[in-house]
Amino acid sequence: MDPSSSGIQEPFDLIRLSLSERVFVKLRGDRELTGVLHAYDGHMNLILSDVEETIMIVDPIEGGMDGHGTRQSKKMEMLFVRGDGVILVCEFYRQLLTSN
Amino acid sequence: LSITGVLKSVNQFLNIRLDLINVLDESRHPHMMMVKNWFIRGSVVRRVQLLAEHVDTQLQEDATRRG
Repeated sequence: MDPSSSGIQEPFDLIRLSLSERVFVKLRGDRELTGVLHAYDGHMNLILSDVEETIMIVDPIEGGMDGHGTRQSKKMEMLFVRGDGVILVCEFYRQLLTSN
Repeated sequence: LSITGVLKSVNQFLNIRLDLINVLDESRHPHMMMVKNWFIRGSVVRRVQLLAEHVDTQLQEDATRRG
């Protein structure tokens, strides 16, 4: 482990490093967001700006094959996200654009 | 279900009172047209869309850093 990262003592310290940065957020209900993180709290409520949301819609197909997911995308200027829907938060690197 | 309205009040649980409700997809929720002033329990709210001009992002970030 890198000793210089001992400034991070608990999980929220890691999110703290991402303030004012673009983050990727995974939400319940097959939703994902990216946005610039401005605030968070102990409930994982988030305030994000310049947000793009993608929703995966899966059509169930008979025969046990994976349904094909279609993505819907929405953009918003400023968004409050309730913490109980948040699954994960991580830094967002633009190079990692998903191509599917 | 998406709703727009005028925010009248919010409490510590993020329960919301909204006036002048407009349901975004009226055809799917016709029963919502009857009442225009709503009390909404905070726990069912998934997210709230805001206008960027109403939010002081610097203030938010400072407050978050402080604790």
